[in-house]
Amino acid sequence: MNSGVKVSLTRRYRFSASHRLHSTDFSEAENQRLYGKCSNPHGHGHNYVVEATFTGPVDAETGMIANLGELDPFVQLEVIEAFDYKYLNEEVAAFRESVPTTENVVREIYRRLEKFPGARLERVRVEETSKNSFEISREFPANRSAA
Amino acid sequence: MIRVTRKVEFSAAHYYHNSKFSAEENQRIFGKCSNPHGHGHNYVLEVTVAGEPDPRTGMVLDLKELKDILQREVMDRMDHRHLNHEVPELAGKIPTCENIAAVIWDLLEPRIKKGKLDRVRLYESPDLFADCTAERNGDRVAADAGRGTRA
Repeated sequence: MNSGVKVSLTRRYRFSASHRLHSTDFSEAENQRLYGKCSNPHGHGHNYVVEATFTGPVDAETGMIANLGELDPFVQLEVIEAFDYKYLNEEVAAFRESVPTTENVVREIYRRLEKFPGARLERVRVEETSKNSFEISREFPANRSAA
Repeated sequence: MIRVTRKVEFSAAHYYHNSKFSAEENQRIFGKCSNPHGHGHNYVLEVTVAGEPDPRTGMVLDLKELKDILQREVMDRMDHRHLNHEVPELAGKIPTCENIAAVIWDLLEPRIKKGKLDRVRLYESPDLFADCTAERNGDRVAADAGRGTRA
């Protein structure tokens, strides 16, 4: 392989969850103006897609950047079990203090996946719907400050 | 600069096995991917070439040419083949998505005469893909997919 070429591996996962965009920093009228229908009091839900990208080196003995036998259970434990079929505002601790916009969701998922010991996390992209996606990369570490 | 992407699909068989590992290690590390009779995927390959369009043709490169290159270098080699046994470029390497993408990069890179190969993206399934990209300034990870092992 030529030097100067970078290899990465991307895996997609799914979870379904409900949320409500609402902040106690704002009045009811401000919440309504800012978040619109996303602020409806009983919440609503999405089928989220998480795309996680890891970079090399490619292990010479396994041919892998990340072994899916390790990565899949890690993501299952850290993200899917924590988020799937949950009300994000109440059931994920990080969103008791921050509004579960997908910007904040992608940041929280990045924070969790960054701990994967088997490879270097490069990027996380979350699709809230097939029309909206939010992405965070290692290149912009300032974006990863605590939620 | 414009990026042009062409997609092709091929179907192939493979399995993961490293003869340096014991049977138990192969099973533990590779799981069902090491089943000795192999299994297969419908691979989707996206090849991106970057460059400035030629002012006369309006093209970065002729997509017909790229299609022919992909046919010759990838399809003829890999489509309906067993990647462990029938693709010499993969000999001694575990045919993971990462290694196949790296081999495809090496096959295509010298063939692209107009524009520059920018990215090879190989999907093993809709939920798993490997990217090979030209390293940009600031990238710190050196790719060493070429350090193949005798599998």
